[in-house]
Amino acid sequence: MRNVWTIASRELRSYFASPIAYILLAMFSIIFGYFFFSAVAIFVDFSSRGQMGMQMPPMNVDQFIIQPTLGNFSIILLFLSPMITMRLFAEEKRSGTIELLLTSPVRDFEIIFGKWLAAVLLFACMLAVSMLNLAVIFLLSTPDWRALLVGYLGLLLMGGTFLAIGAFLSTLTKNQIVAGALTFGVFLLLWVLDWVNAYSTSTIGKVCQYIAIAPHFEQFSKGVIELKDTVYYLSAIGLGLFLSKRSLESLRWRA
Amino acid sequence: MIKVERLTKRYGPTLAVKDITFEVEKGEIVGFLGPNGAGKTTTMRILTGFLPPTSGTASVAGHDVLEEPLEVKKRIGYLPEAPPVYPEMSVEGYLDFVGRLKGIPSGEVNERLDGVVEGCALGGVRQKLIGQLSKGYRQRVGLAQALIHDPDVLIFDEPTAGLDPKQIAEVRQLIHDLSGEHTIILSTHILSEVQSIASRIIIINDGKLEASDTPENLMARMRGHESLLIEIDGPPEDVEERLLAVEGVNGVSRNNGHGGRTSWAVETSKDAVIRSEIARVVVESGWGLYEIRPIGMSLEDIFLKLTASEDVAEAAAQDEPAAEAGADSPDETVEPTVSEDAALPEEALPEEEESSKQEGAAAS
Repeated sequence: MRNVWTIASRELRSYFASPIAYILLAMFSIIFGYFFFSAVAIFVDFSSRGQMGMQMPPMNVDQFIIQPTLGNFSIILLFLSPMITMRLFAEEKRSGTIELLLTSPVRDFEIIFGKWLAAVLLFACMLAVSMLNLAVIFLLSTPDWRALLVGYLGLLLMGGTFLAIGAFLSTLTKNQIVAGALTFGVFLLLWVLDWVNAYSTSTIGKVCQYIAIAPHFEQFSKGVIELKDTVYYLSAIGLGLFLSKRSLESLRWRA
Repeated sequence: MIKVERLTKRYGPTLAVKDITFEVEKGEIVGFLGPNGAGKTTTMRILTGFLPPTSGTASVAGHDVLEEPLEVKKRIGYLPEAPPVYPEMSVEGYLDFVGRLKGIPSGEVNERLDGVVEGCALGGVRQKLIGQLSKGYRQRVGLAQALIHDPDVLIFDEPTAGLDPKQIAEVRQLIHDLSGEHTIILSTHILSEVQSIASRIIIINDGKLEASDTPENLMARMRGHESLLIEIDGPPEDVEERLLAVEGVNGVSRNNGHGGRTSWAVETSKDAVIRSEIARVVVESGWGLYEIRPIGMSLEDIFLKLTASEDVAEAAAQDEPAAEAGADSPDETVEPTVSEDAALPEEALPEEEESSKQEGAAAS
């Protein structure tokens, strides 16, 4: 565990020693701020219509602001998480520092888990930034904080999944751009996979929907912890880290 | 301390290391010598646990690199050809990270860090980012990195490559200071380097172990006949006649001289000590003696001889320079003396049978 933390903290320091972390956080806060703003704007619009005597469904901030804002999170992850993970291993392979890691008395899994943990922690910083936006609602209203907490747990799991897959793809090449492009392509595919479900209810459609990353977040955003979604995310993270380990091992055999 | 047995490494169809066996005792400094692409780095990487061998075994302090990689890695400090540094980290931050990574207890990291910073003369750049350092300093950070956990075995892959002469001298001094407590393996294709540091030389060429001996023994083994170089001021015809008359002289050949002097290469039979006799002859004849010295075979010659042995054996009859040796090693220094080697006696080639055995494999 000490080794994991040694590697994770170095990785995290590297993120913040370079512009990457700051650019990601800045971009994230702008995009997330925009999502939050539009959700609030719609809410305000609807409530003013209700005051004018129009027939409106019952409204609350949980359903009308928090849920759609968190629901849009997967789009942000789709674009930003490749930038977090693309350098994880590709950079070490390019500069040769991977040789230091692989000749040190640490296990492959500790290296991978440490690096993934650093990526997750950076992602957690983003989540912290997003909380600043949502804190405003708590000032003006009384949203269900337990549902919000579950939502954030879901985000952490979904983010962890993206990052684990990204970490694996980063082990495949020593070129960051290649790793980034590959990761973005795979994420896009995993994101659009459930579109099949719109026109097909066949078994393939169901399988595709199950594989897609984003649909599993729906229940979390409503504040519901569904076992199958939790299992999906945890096993996807496990798979990503396992494949990374295999890939790192193969590096020894091929290099 | 280090035991390597019948080690073979194959990258796809290419054999990088062929059936290498050697042992290194505690406290020895062993120099791996060989042209680029000979298999030095591969052998080192196997020892560090970075690469697994295709067949054969390697063990460090009794721990097999495949069976107990963590035990082996704890005991090894490794400096790859390019120092494995993170440019965005400070020297201190980097060494702290490596110290923890190598398993130094948290309380002792700082103490060890101070030690290597002092040992590698990094005090002045301690807080600087590694990316801003010169190549020489980066190399020293690389050395500090290998030393921080005070390992029993140090493995340096071309530690002086790309440094300027002053830095080379500093790094060599540093390595020299480390000997005694540590077992050191270093690779190089610079001969003077091993000659000055190593207590034993292992010559690797084309993935095969060509020789393993002390520098002195290697040279003695290759010497065979001793030659003398003499520079004399006297009539050339007389000189040749009288020199040939000295007992123990096998042959005399005239090199070019300058300013009325002539210089001569005198071949003597083995173990004959005739320098004083020659000096006496020269003085009695009333000539001026300007220089007399033995021409031993330099390590460079031995290296070329060993690494070019196959070609020499083939080409010896025609007295052709071994062209293929140059193709294997892009090192320019290899070329000029090859034709001289071709003329040397063939008995001095211990690897001849071995090389002809593996000729088929080597052809690829």
